[in-house]
Amino acid sequence: MSTDLLQQTEKEPGSTRLVASLAISGFLSGLIIIGIYVATLPTITENKARELREAVFKVLPGVSRMQKLQFDGNRVLPKQGGKDDENTVYAGYDADDRFVGYAIASEGPGFQDTISLLYGYLPGERKVVGMEILESRETPGLGDKIYKDAAFVANFKDLAVDPQIVAVKKGTKSEPNQIDAITGATISSKAVVRIINQGNQRWLPRLPLPGNEPRLQTSPDTQEAQ
Amino acid sequence: MATPQTAYQEMIKGIWRDNPVFVQVLGMCPMLAVTNSAVNAIAMGLATFFVLVGSSFLVSSMKSLIPKQVRISVYVIIIATFVTVADYTLLALFPVVHKELGAFIPLIVANCMILGRQEAFASKHTVKYAVMDAIGMAGGFMVALFALGAVREILGEGKLFGLSLFGDHFEPWVIMILPPGGFITLGLLLLLFNWVGERKKAFLAQVATAEVTGDR
Repeated sequence: MSTDLLQQTEKEPGSTRLVASLAISGFLSGLIIIGIYVATLPTITENKARELREAVFKVLPGVSRMQKLQFDGNRVLPKQGGKDDENTVYAGYDADDRFVGYAIASEGPGFQDTISLLYGYLPGERKVVGMEILESRETPGLGDKIYKDAAFVANFKDLAVDPQIVAVKKGTKSEPNQIDAITGATISSKAVVRIINQGNQRWLPRLPLPGNEPRLQTSPDTQEAQ
Repeated sequence: MATPQTAYQEMIKGIWRDNPVFVQVLGMCPMLAVTNSAVNAIAMGLATFFVLVGSSFLVSSMKSLIPKQVRISVYVIIIATFVTVADYTLLALFPVVHKELGAFIPLIVANCMILGRQEAFASKHTVKYAVMDAIGMAGGFMVALFALGAVREILGEGKLFGLSLFGDHFEPWVIMILPPGGFITLGLLLLLFNWVGERKKAFLAQVATAEVTGDR
């Protein structure tokens, strides 16, 4: 009996071997993961930048160049590299480098998860001129109409921001600051409106008076439409 | 299963006789979650295919190097590596599909079908058989995902691969692309699969009795 046990324990590999095989497989796996991360990172960053650029050009009609602006606590200044955060805003310029409007990113809770969106804002006319959903997980078939339903998206093409944007029952829109909500997706429609209103509350006081917008700088961060 | 099989039989069994979804009822989480369109179903199927075939190959070829006591951890490391590779590749090459599938790509690690094949098959067979088995199982999984995804997309949106099938007069049956539609469709497909199986069994029994009585 005791010899049986002894023989069994002798057959078992030592703990060094167990630890070593786990460590080696972990190490190799780590190397592969770093390799694939490094290999795909440039494409992933480029995809994200392109997505953002396309969204900016979509929400601001007539824009052909953009630059990033950063709010430093007092005013917005052209951004010198670094990561985008909640204090970054995008300024769009036309073909003659004249300022057109801002693209403002904002996010907030939707029906299921955070909705993040970008909207175009013209400070001179105090109007929203375009809206693009960047990320959302709204119910397929109902809530996802906030970006799939062309009629709903068209609500945001010419929309006054004063005193604030209001969602009304479909077909009852009568004021320039109202939008028609989606039947069956009232919560998602109202969430979009609330997110834009929050973005306005946050950004409108920070932006310079119309006419004093930062000029377009020729820097690597200035991106041209393709 | 105890009968000796050819490599071809090992492959084909995963698609019909031992189909991971319809017979073994494994991998239900991605099955129900990402099958709201045919494209998503196929993307998920391909990612799972890559992970399962890759890890079955590695596990089978290294089975003598992996100590028995830590085999499960090593399998999980191998599977997780393949999943990460699939995740980043999809993110770089097909960002739109990656956005749709979301958290379910990393969750392939936890798909019990994959770990199950390593433990039950790849660790006990030669590389050739392990890879054939993995191809069959992943193929069967993909067939099942596609069957569910296609039915749900056709009924729920009136489309297949994003192409409209019925014109403007079709009223989409929205519930089919919502979670309940997944359960309903899966239930009906399981019913169909079992019914066909029963019919086949009854037919074989009938043939057997006919042979016995007819010859004498």
